[in-house]
Amino acid sequence: MLLEWIYDLTHALLKPFKRILKPNSFAEKAMIAIEKVGKEVVFDCQMCGQCILHSTGMVCSMNCPKNLRNGPCGGVRLNGHCEVKPEQTCVWVKIYEGSLASPKYGGEMMWIQPPVNRKLQDSSSWVNLLHGIDQKMKTVWQTQDEKDALEPIFRGSNEKE
Amino acid sequence: MKKNKSSMSQLEQVLKSGRFAITSELNPPDSADAEDVNRAAMILAGFCDGINAVDASGANCHMSSMSICALLTRVGYEPVYQISCRDRNRIAIQGDILGAAAMGIRNLLCITGDDVSAGDQPGAKPVFDFDSIQLLRTARMMRDERVFLSGRKITSELPLFLGAAANPFVPPYDWRSKRLAKKVAAGAQFIQTQYCFDVDRFKEYMRQVRDMGLHEQVYILVGVGPLRSYGAANFMRTKVPGIVIPDEIMDRLKKTPKERQQEEGKNICTEIIQQVREIEGIAGVHIMAYRQEELVAEIVRESGLLERKPKSQKAGI
Repeated sequence: MLLEWIYDLTHALLKPFKRILKPNSFAEKAMIAIEKVGKEVVFDCQMCGQCILHSTGMVCSMNCPKNLRNGPCGGVRLNGHCEVKPEQTCVWVKIYEGSLASPKYGGEMMWIQPPVNRKLQDSSSWVNLLHGIDQKMKTVWQTQDEKDALEPIFRGSNEKE
Repeated sequence: MKKNKSSMSQLEQVLKSGRFAITSELNPPDSADAEDVNRAAMILAGFCDGINAVDASGANCHMSSMSICALLTRVGYEPVYQISCRDRNRIAIQGDILGAAAMGIRNLLCITGDDVSAGDQPGAKPVFDFDSIQLLRTARMMRDERVFLSGRKITSELPLFLGAAANPFVPPYDWRSKRLAKKVAAGAQFIQTQYCFDVDRFKEYMRQVRDMGLHEQVYILVGVGPLRSYGAANFMRTKVPGIVIPDEIMDRLKKTPKERQQEEGKNICTEIIQQVREIEGIAGVHIMAYRQEELVAEIVRESGLLERKPKSQKAGI
């Protein structure tokens, strides 16, 4: 998937600038402006500051009216539309399709995403990612082993069809 | 699931014993009268291993699920405390979980919750600080690691039997079994499903669930319930989020004379119970008979659930 490739490329390009791209710096302000323009146009980004786009089929989960980060609720309509906004397709229906079309990161839809850190709203996701701020928690939320064990389940039952 | 310490939940004991479990849902009063709760529970208690107290389902305000559960424990009934993410943030929810356990509530059902727009106060602020899976994982962390999300210690045991909901009947269908896997990983030990009216769809879901071996890791209770009339079915189908009623059932009700529709709705319910009971990996049923709770006893009797010996195991182990 092209977007996965763009994500990897952006990550690789920004990594060397980790020291400049510090939280609360001028560089972060510049990044915020870039993210706002870029991601808002392409993904309708809500600037949660802890982007998990690549784990959600390159569709922004924060556009779900219930802000769900771990999958669709039980209210999805039979036509695949949203319970809250009947005129729009359920964000998670799009995420599932996007994840199926994402060979590299699609399985990450199985990860158990931690609660949103509301303090990071309107900060730069890239800066937070480079400095590990977006995943920082005081408790062990999910181990890498568990993530690795869950990921294969995503493709498992599809191959049989 | 079987590795965990016992929560002292009666529902858990029943499920562990292999007996086919029955849970039901209490109609929450719009009063401040404890007697209303007792009366509503009395109709169900004789047949049920657990009574769910809904957390303002459909986003309509009633007596809170926490209070109903507390009242139920006073009279010795076994409540299932439904806790939704719609109305409370993580601070309130973690505190409520402690309080619930302190009051003797042992079963927790973690759900996302219907949006406020479904209810009669659509101007309310939707919270959704957690989603249901985050809520489950947090509750499990509190119980097993004995810490709050902040890392701060909890100073006592927290005996809880953790549950979640599942809706196999809405898109994306293939995702639904994977979502169950996620909920089990997050901490779910039992599942109560949305109303099952489409048995074929449910069989396909359970096939996927068994392929993943999930039926051996979590107790699945199928949601069932009697449709009161064609009109009521039509309302549920169009106005209540997440309920799917196939055309055949709608037709069957429509063809029935009005005065016999309630009876027919009950018959449909018992038929569905008998069908889902035969599906491998089903641990029980969750009977939701909103405003016709008096029918639960008849449904249990007529669907043959009074003989609840384990299917695959010999009784008396």
